[in-house]
Amino acid sequence: MSEIAIRARHVSKVFGQSRVLDDVEFELRRGEVLCLAGENGCGKSTLIKIINGVYKPEPGIEFTFGDETLSAISPMEARSRGIHVIWQDLALFPHLTVAENIVFDDYVSTPWRPISYKEALTQSREIIQQFGLNLDPTARVDGLSIAHRQLVAICRVLRAGASIIFMDEPTASLTYKEVQALLAITRSLAEKGISIVLVSHRLAEVLEVCQRVTVLRNGLLVGTYPTVGMTQARLSTLMTGLELEFTPRAETHQGQPVLELKHLSRQGEFEDVSFTLHRGEILGLTGLLGAGRTEIAHAIFGMTRPTSGEMRKDGLPLKLRSNRDAVRHKIAYLSEDRLHLGLVQNQSINMNSAVTVLPSLEKPRGFLSPRRIRALTAHWVEQLKTKVSDAELAVSSLSGGNQQRIALAKWLATKPEVLILDCPTIGVDVGAKSGIFDIIRDLADQGVAIILISDEAGEIWMNADRALVLREGRITTEVIPSETTEEALEAIINA
Amino acid sequence: MRNLLSRTRIGTEGVLLGIILALSVVLALTTDSFLSLQNLFDLLNNQSVNIIFAVGLVVVLIAGGIDISFAVAASVVQYVVMTVLIDTLGGGSWPLGILLSMLVGTLLGLFNALLIHRFRIVSIIVTIGTFNLFFGLLMYFTGGVSIYDIPDWLYYSIPLLDLPAERGSATLYFPAAVMTVMVVLTWFILARTGFGRTIYGFGSSPEAARRSGVSVWKIHAFAYGWLGLCAGVAGLMQAHIVQEVVPNALIGQELPILAAVVLGGATLGGGRGSVLGAVLGVLLLAVVQNGLNLLGVTPYAFRMIVGLIILIAITTSNLGNLLPRSTRAKNV
Repeated sequence: MSEIAIRARHVSKVFGQSRVLDDVEFELRRGEVLCLAGENGCGKSTLIKIINGVYKPEPGIEFTFGDETLSAISPMEARSRGIHVIWQDLALFPHLTVAENIVFDDYVSTPWRPISYKEALTQSREIIQQFGLNLDPTARVDGLSIAHRQLVAICRVLRAGASIIFMDEPTASLTYKEVQALLAITRSLAEKGISIVLVSHRLAEVLEVCQRVTVLRNGLLVGTYPTVGMTQARLSTLMTGLELEFTPRAETHQGQPVLELKHLSRQGEFEDVSFTLHRGEILGLTGLLGAGRTEIAHAIFGMTRPTSGEMRKDGLPLKLRSNRDAVRHKIAYLSEDRLHLGLVQNQSINMNSAVTVLPSLEKPRGFLSPRRIRALTAHWVEQLKTKVSDAELAVSSLSGGNQQRIALAKWLATKPEVLILDCPTIGVDVGAKSGIFDIIRDLADQGVAIILISDEAGEIWMNADRALVLREGRITTEVIPSETTEEALEAIINA
Repeated sequence: MRNLLSRTRIGTEGVLLGIILALSVVLALTTDSFLSLQNLFDLLNNQSVNIIFAVGLVVVLIAGGIDISFAVAASVVQYVVMTVLIDTLGGGSWPLGILLSMLVGTLLGLFNALLIHRFRIVSIIVTIGTFNLFFGLLMYFTGGVSIYDIPDWLYYSIPLLDLPAERGSATLYFPAAVMTVMVVLTWFILARTGFGRTIYGFGSSPEAARRSGVSVWKIHAFAYGWLGLCAGVAGLMQAHIVQEVVPNALIGQELPILAAVVLGGATLGGGRGSVLGAVLGVLLLAVVQNGLNLLGVTPYAFRMIVGLIILIAITTSNLGNLLPRSTRAKNV
């Protein structure tokens, strides 16, 4: 068990002026599932790239494989020692079949050898069966779900002889069931002697599957701990260095009703959904991915039309033909897909935060006033404590947490009365997460009615006044977080 | 639609073949001359140049690029090769002519590849530039003058196959053989070598290919170089068929050929397309034109009908996108 697969000592890396990694030690045992945890910018990716041979570390480093010690490692050397990384984007070829993706490395190494599809199929089947996976090698990758694509990526590195696999955020866009399946596969790979390093923001699942967790903070090694007895709260503290609150929102806040849904249905998406949202309230909407959370949000935001039932806002019937109508009715929706839908990545921070209210920033009419745009951005950057060095830079230059603040600013600029937040902490660090929830709570205190969509029971439990649990498009349970425990809520969601 | 196709594994090529066959049946029944050996051979003789262009172009499209300079590049090849052969080599011969055409064509293609690769300019912009540059140079140096006095070897047509037919005989000429060689060669590279598959991989996801160790320069150089080579060969064949070299004989051919290749399943996004599809795309348009001629429809209607065919083909292959979101998600 305790045979060491790889050990790297005195790992340091300097980029220009900044020391990204400082004398870190990393150790991975054979057949172990290890979690590499830390906030964005803590040096996780740099560490992976050094072990993978992509980055050249500072001198003094020591790699140990068994009884062999090296002072440097090239990408080729890393590969020949079975070190492989599956990055979050998976780097697959969507138009090729599963089998061709799996054998693609052969195409690169022996480009002029005539190929045989039969051989590719047989070889892929062998790998798929050997590891007990469920994949059709003749399927085209662009027709597969993310979960299946992940399996393809895994097969690809296994075929290349991987014995040490780094997986970067493998669970980020998977449903609960898919995550469970992936973790089961991770375990079975480990039982076959393959060492796996998981990089994940989702602490709960990490604790479940990993034997040990290595925590980095600001380029320094905090330590490597067994996961037995480790709690999410303690892990968060290790990662951020902050004692974060893990309690539900103290009292329930309910003002005037703002939005009412009465027996709202949309065929194939959700059915008979009724609830009332009050001023100053944070209403949690939870359930597994695909339970209809986002679909209900789209209907409230006017992006789809319900097939039956009605909505009322401030007591008056609400009929929305488009999301422009919704904005006019002071409803705002923060998309779960910040990268593609929430922000225009290559546009400036200024333009991103002003885009919802451009007409009000014209002076004279018809001409945008750059001064007003800057003033608006500056206002929200300060309000939301966003770290921005230059608001003229592309929004993509910001970290996940700061990007989310800009996405939020863009909607707050419309002065919403109803704010729907769809998974506002996806891809955001633990520390930045609590910052975002502070903002959300403040907004509720100022009277904004908030619908918080999330599949993380902990987030709902800590922040919502009330939580509605959805299953297959219907509300099954209403939970008051302060009257229950996080575990109980989690159990209801996954039941 | 696409789902249905992939499930039954017919693919774009199968659909195209079906449409061509259906059209042929209709034309065979409505005209007396469509279903004749002569007409079939004429079709192949006439389309060999377009098909050679098309199989070159499909490589570029699969690699995720586009090239609109190939037709004028072929004209440049014709002039350069004729001038060199007549002025310095006393006329030359078939092997010499083909080799020289391939060489000059490849160089012009590599020029595109170099600009695209080294300066990271989008291929359509580069080739709009070289399209004008090539044609401008051609007109400037030739003064728009045609070459009628081509060498004998190029002047006389070479019958490959001469079969008795209803009216006289049906003859298949040399360009059809050259076309067959180019088709098979391109097909082999794309479908049966690892390098060919890396072209698909690169077109499908350049970043994933780069990370797998694929040399981006090799892909670019091959794709545009191969199209250049095909254009060189096609240019020589065109001069051979019409027995003269006219500077503006080929300009304007690039878009119909591009349309035919897209009809054959290639996309401007890369990663998709096949040699068979490209060939069938050219043939479909040719059969339509042929049919319209035989039916006595005015030639002015041809372009309009081609346009409609392309629009119909593209919209039906994207029918899936018109379905409501929820049903689409389930299909995936």
